[in-house]
Amino acid sequence: MSATTATSLPRATPRWRRRLRRYGPAWFGGGIVLAWILIALLAPWISPYQPNAVDVTARLQPPSATHWMGTDTLGRDVFSRLLHGARLSLAAGFSVVILGALIGTAIGTIAAWARGWWDEGLMRLTDLVLCFPPIILALAIAAALGIGPLNTVLAMLVVWWPKFARLGRALALVQRSQEYVEAATVLGLKPRRILLRHIMPNTLGPLAVLITLDLGNAILTFAGLSFLGLGVIPPMAEWGSMVAEGRELVEQWWVAAFPGLAILTVVVGFNFCGDGLRDWLDPKGRTQ
Amino acid sequence: MAAPQAATPQTTVPVLEVEDLRTVFLTDAGPVHAVDGVSFSLGPGETLGIVGESGSGKSVTALSLLRLLQEPARIVGGSIRFQGREVLAMSPRELRDWRGDRAAMVFQDPMTGLNPVKRILGQVTEHIVSHGRMPPKPARRRGIELLRRMGVAAPERAAAAFPHEFSGGMRQRVMMAIGLANDPALLIADEPTTALDVTIQAQILDLLRGLNQEFGTAIVLISHDLGVIGSVCRRVAVMYAGEVVEEAPTADVLEDPRHPYAWALVNAVPRLEAPAGARLTAIEGTPPDPLNPLPGCRFAPRCPFRIARCDTEHPPLMEVAPGRRARCWVTADGRSLPRPTVPATAERRAPATGEAPLLQATGLEKKFVLPRKSLFAQPAMVHAVNGVDLVLRRGESLGVVGESGCGKSTLARLLTRLHAPTAGRITFEGQDITTATPAALRSLRPRLQMVFQDPYASLNPRMTVGQILAEPLLAHRRAPSRAAAAERVASLLDTVGLKPAFATRFPHEFSGGQRQRISIARALALEPAVVVADEPVSALDVNVQAQVLNLMLSLRERLGLSYLFIAHDLAVVRAFCDRVAVMYLGRIVEEGPADEVITRPLHPYTVALTSAIPEPGRQRVLLGGEPPSTLRLPQGCAFRARCPVAQDVCATLPPLAEVAPGHRLACHFPGALAPLPRQERLP
Repeated sequence: MSATTATSLPRATPRWRRRLRRYGPAWFGGGIVLAWILIALLAPWISPYQPNAVDVTARLQPPSATHWMGTDTLGRDVFSRLLHGARLSLAAGFSVVILGALIGTAIGTIAAWARGWWDEGLMRLTDLVLCFPPIILALAIAAALGIGPLNTVLAMLVVWWPKFARLGRALALVQRSQEYVEAATVLGLKPRRILLRHIMPNTLGPLAVLITLDLGNAILTFAGLSFLGLGVIPPMAEWGSMVAEGRELVEQWWVAAFPGLAILTVVVGFNFCGDGLRDWLDPKGRTQ
Repeated sequence: MAAPQAATPQTTVPVLEVEDLRTVFLTDAGPVHAVDGVSFSLGPGETLGIVGESGSGKSVTALSLLRLLQEPARIVGGSIRFQGREVLAMSPRELRDWRGDRAAMVFQDPMTGLNPVKRILGQVTEHIVSHGRMPPKPARRRGIELLRRMGVAAPERAAAAFPHEFSGGMRQRVMMAIGLANDPALLIADEPTTALDVTIQAQILDLLRGLNQEFGTAIVLISHDLGVIGSVCRRVAVMYAGEVVEEAPTADVLEDPRHPYAWALVNAVPRLEAPAGARLTAIEGTPPDPLNPLPGCRFAPRCPFRIARCDTEHPPLMEVAPGRRARCWVTADGRSLPRPTVPATAERRAPATGEAPLLQATGLEKKFVLPRKSLFAQPAMVHAVNGVDLVLRRGESLGVVGESGCGKSTLARLLTRLHAPTAGRITFEGQDITTATPAALRSLRPRLQMVFQDPYASLNPRMTVGQILAEPLLAHRRAPSRAAAAERVASLLDTVGLKPAFATRFPHEFSGGQRQRISIARALALEPAVVVADEPVSALDVNVQAQVLNLMLSLRERLGLSYLFIAHDLAVVRAFCDRVAVMYLGRIVEEGPADEVITRPLHPYTVALTSAIPEPGRQRVLLGGEPPSTLRLPQGCAFRARCPVAQDVCATLPPLAEVAPGHRLACHFPGALAPLPRQERLP
């Protein structure tokens, strides 16, 4: 039998390779997201044309050296509109998710902490909102409020907070029964302090994951609402409405395809990011 | 308890021969030598215990034996021969055929060891059928027979049950039935009783011993508790930092350990017959850094018997007496280690009996309402505490003992008003706090503190130790400024034996024992009068347990604290408390001076509890069955169903009456069940 005498130890899989296997997609996603954020910030300086500059002589030009992504029915440069559109899409996505998360977790945490009737009432309200298909409900609210980015964001907020309320409540309930929260109570700390110092910080991890995964989702929904004509007032550049404009142009594929691709990359980027964040926060799989 | 007897070893091939086994964990920081040159051999029908603290490599050894380890752990050297076959050379297929057939393993956690969606019998017969031992039908008959042999009540009915319908003890029996389904020659049991109560532990250990005698199964039993190993195994290997430091007959190690670490393990455990209030022998320090093995003896930095040679030369495992091997330069010439000198303890101040009690509970009850199963169903209730009267005086420590589910933790949370009682009264320093509002309680809280069981869950992971300790000071304005708070934090850390510099670290950077010290420091921050300690040492290794208990004892003397000490371990309570209250199903069944209750118990349950402690020479009063459900309280004495001396009159509830000054008892037949005399060990 080969009773191996251990003269030299076998080497473990190199750390960088394990990291890459585990976090490669997350870095890739993070790169895409970062690139889009930079583009959104720098759009006025890097786009070759004004996004709303109409040029009837150059309608529906295919992609070329002068118009990298071609032009639309009014002769506007698709590439420039795409870059400017990123500003609105990202801003809308971030504001819906961040505000939704704030409102939702506050409601959920209060429900979990107070329990009893407060819990019942707030959670039934949450259920009530969750009963409706979110897009349809947002559509109805946005239609009632009127067209425009601000109204659309408001409408999305109404349907957005319940999932965070659910998650926030579940996380706070777990924290509530932790011994260090009991210890804080025994020490005679005030409820507000216990909530802010002991419960909230320990729920941030899972929340951060949901927020990241949700950003892609929010951007997609906002684009969807714009596609249906609610998000923006023309001629403002927005990806969803740009896709809508190119919808019937089968020959001129570039009008709809490029904004569509933009939405795709942003959503994929955020999803990779969120998955990576979840893996990183999961202590079980984490290799030290 | 009978001295364990193994079936006569035959002069055949040993079942298991381990030679120079080396297992490493390949980490980024470098290889960690978890098992570093372990050798032993086990004949047919022999029993070997492996003992050591957490991190000593005992569980990794067990997993290595069956090659159950996964990356980043790797066996890098040595050999494991099973009945002459080399396990390390087996192909995956051979390995599968061998595991669960010739060699089986029982794991620590009976709660996760069974598949929750398969019926019990299916899990037992699975291995019989898949290893081609029997067709399904006879396998089922054998499965039921096995369950019966393992002591599962009504095995035909149990066979169709799902794991969640079973208690922990019953699940461990099922696990053993699975392990033994194919009559293995070797059974490896990794801490099989650690998650169980003492009376259930006693049942399982008896079962293990019986299996060894009856079937001649060779057993490797892994445990952190020498007492547990002593009641099953003839021989024991003591592990420290990945090495076997002593290997000898268990009785000899318990009597006369030859390695200082074994010596420390033996003496750190509180014993029932030790003088009350004696300090425990604890060795300071922590195990060595596994990344940088020491050049000399690995135990040298902590060893009280260290000589010059220990620091420079690594001792081999040497024969120190016939059949005894130890890895120590001090005892290499065959000498024994001296018995620990019992440190003198200050005379205990007599509790102030004349004064009004500090903390008092009368008729305390707590029921938890479970969610309704359906809209129209009556909500079910958990009767956690069912009428408890107790009194804690200034300077006294009162132990509350009982098995899991007896309501002792709920009692602790009622007394600190984390829960509101359903009925009864609680007074603290003369004030009625039964229905006090949270705001009113906040001003009282500093005087009434609590230490929790789980050192890993009781500290907020996102705060530094300094923040954790300063928080109560600032919240109650005990410190005028952050700087003053920091100063107090430093002195608190010093009080509990930690370095003041630790204040900037986070809880995860500390070991379990250190965290428990932080927890104690936090409780002391507000200078309490009463500390309620809910199982403060049950999650710790014996040596760390001894350190923490010693710390709590000295704090009591220095600061004049009163403790309400919740525990499941009678020996710990005996070492720590003046008075003890024994709880069963939410009621106190016996209460009195700790010495008296533990050495001359009168309630049959107390008798059973004291006898179940795995200590050599102790004869067990085995209790059948398990505590009844807390969902429906039984009529009369709750212990009736398990009591060996119960009669018809026990159907009425016996009152808790005083039988001697300060000794109260709830039993119709006090002293009817006498503790069995200690058995003298045969030379």
